[in-house]
Amino acid sequence: MPEGRTRRWLLGLGPLLLLGLLLAAFFRFGPAGVFRKAFPPVEELTIERITLPGPGRIEAVAVNGGPEAVTVSQVLVDDAAWSHEVLGERTIPRLGRRTIRIPYPWVEGEPLVVTLVTSTGLTFSADVAVATQTPPPDRRYVATFALLGIYAGVIPVFLGLLWLPFLRTLRRETVEFFLALTVGLLAFLGIDALIEAIETAGRVPGAFQGGGLVVIGVLGAAFGVQAVGATRRAAGTAPGLWLAKLIALGIGLHNLGEGLAIGGAYATGEIALGTSLVVGFLLHNTTEGLGIVSPLAEERPGLGQLVQLGLVAGLPTVVGAWIGGFSASPVATTLFLALGAGAIGQVVVNLWRLLGRAPGAAGGLVPRTAAGFVAGMAVMYATGLLVPA
Amino acid sequence: MMERPLSRRGLLKLGAAGTAGLATGAGSLLFGRTAAAEPDHAGHHAMTTVGDIRPGGFDPTAFLTAFDRGRESRLPSGQVLREYELVAEEREIEVAGGVFYPAWTYNGQVPGPTLRCTEGDRVRIRFTNRGTHAHSIHFHGIHPANMDGAFEMVQPGGSYTYEFDAEPFALQLYHCHTVPLKRHLHKGLYGAFIIDPREGRPPAQELVMVMNAFDTNFDGENEVYAVNSVAFHYQRHPIVVRAGELVRIYVVNLTEFDLVNSLHLHGHFFRLFRTGSDLERFEWTDLVTLGQGERAVLEFTCKHTGPFMFHAHQSEFAELGWTGILDVRGPNA
Repeated sequence: MPEGRTRRWLLGLGPLLLLGLLLAAFFRFGPAGVFRKAFPPVEELTIERITLPGPGRIEAVAVNGGPEAVTVSQVLVDDAAWSHEVLGERTIPRLGRRTIRIPYPWVEGEPLVVTLVTSTGLTFSADVAVATQTPPPDRRYVATFALLGIYAGVIPVFLGLLWLPFLRTLRRETVEFFLALTVGLLAFLGIDALIEAIETAGRVPGAFQGGGLVVIGVLGAAFGVQAVGATRRAAGTAPGLWLAKLIALGIGLHNLGEGLAIGGAYATGEIALGTSLVVGFLLHNTTEGLGIVSPLAEERPGLGQLVQLGLVAGLPTVVGAWIGGFSASPVATTLFLALGAGAIGQVVVNLWRLLGRAPGAAGGLVPRTAAGFVAGMAVMYATGLLVPA
Repeated sequence: MMERPLSRRGLLKLGAAGTAGLATGAGSLLFGRTAAAEPDHAGHHAMTTVGDIRPGGFDPTAFLTAFDRGRESRLPSGQVLREYELVAEEREIEVAGGVFYPAWTYNGQVPGPTLRCTEGDRVRIRFTNRGTHAHSIHFHGIHPANMDGAFEMVQPGGSYTYEFDAEPFALQLYHCHTVPLKRHLHKGLYGAFIIDPREGRPPAQELVMVMNAFDTNFDGENEVYAVNSVAFHYQRHPIVVRAGELVRIYVVNLTEFDLVNSLHLHGHFFRLFRTGSDLERFEWTDLVTLGQGERAVLEFTCKHTGPFMFHAHQSEFAELGWTGILDVRGPNA
């Protein structure tokens, strides 16, 4: 009924309209002045990213996460006032962002500090740990990260898939051990992602609420995974396969966040993509592959489905690294790490339930599942030692 | 040059498409990136601040040669009386292009006006405090205890008259002596005070340079260094002097936080009269290092024309604003 619908809209939008009127009246008639202090508000500026596009060139991206607009008046590099060019207005509005180009003869392999001086004389600094030319976003760069993603993400997952025939030869109790081991692996990974998300959240400009991003990411992904799982189950997918898909999805999200971090660190010279890093990721992430296939011990998935699992889990590392290398932002990295943590957390819960429900299972926590759980975390820790970053 | 950012975007789109759905964040990650071409800056490095200060405010060039000799009259005894007015007031000053500092000033400027008199003059300085904190004026030189500005603090709205006979001849200075001293000094309450010898100094092109610095973010370290307050002002607006004529620079160090400051003049040697209290003895050098509150009179005659740099020989200070250029021109140029 059209009348009923209009009424519903009015009822729904009424309070919003009133809120708008109130805000208008507040700014028009006050008492806004009561809340404004006599001194200027504390400015907040974050240098989100510094890149060195070539010899003698520095580029810094500044984000205003404070309550008011901030004007960048001068730039210091290593405690020397330096000429520079701000792309756009020098005054950065709240939540605004500016790129600043500084022609500075930086020295290969040495650290440097970029400081922005605002119109009120406040300073905001960020450092480059080791100055080295930011890899240009060319074919070689893309290939490097594609290769890294394949080594760190795709190959390990496929290696893990090769354990499937082995798992099938095992007695049910032993399979339960491996399932519990997977739970341990994933729990470790999830907590690791959460801690990293919280750490990165600390670098998010204030107004973008790093903490809020973590909460949204974790809970959003957890509920999302649960909802997808419920739909799949209703559609009659084999329980092992849908669980494997959820695990692949969770690991994929985690790897996307990890890729963003790796790409960003590589682009800003914080890490060199050495052989040890790649080998570390290879070993570390092979355990992720085992995690994906362990619920499939009693099912016969097609080859295509297995390939799909591998790609979903592994490829996001490549994509994350590409994006991170071009435009790493703490906001995106925090969000994706939190999404990964939430998705993995939810998968852990599902897997644990599966463990308890398996036919003939002792259900829940028994010595062999406890041992598997701890072993999973220990394996993750041990292989994690090999990742130097 | 224009192609690169575009192909960057294209690449990312490709990558995003490859992982259907998982990379939905890619678009938002790119949000806000400019697609402008990158000009090649190589070879255009410049150690300097950017932009000039607003016209109409404090003019460091005019300050070089501005001497306040006070209102002159004669006492019944025949002694010359010079009366000065100094007012402490709070004012925001521009210390580098677009960088404003909430200063405490004498007469609205940092450094305060250069007071000048001759040895033996009676000086009378009427001081009014229009600030929000207690202030005083402490003069260097020989004078009675109650004219020293160390104990008699002038409250906001109050005033005090300092009166004493100017002695000895020297390059003196004056500054606020209210505690906390660091704050009252680095906020800008200081200036040069020249007591000329009775017989005068040889005629010269005279310049006053107060080496100072500003802790703009109040972290106990200076962000901006200069002579006469404005970073790189004399690099952007070189000081013109004539070759073959005597040049005299009155240098006062009022830098806070850093233990010493210095002045090094390129391409010249100067006679260095420490404290300017002796007309005979001097050092022959091209670099003078002064502790906080120390001062010196430099005299030299330029032999060559052209731009000559002068700067603190603490490279950090030089690069944070304390660098200038002396533009030596021929006698008839």
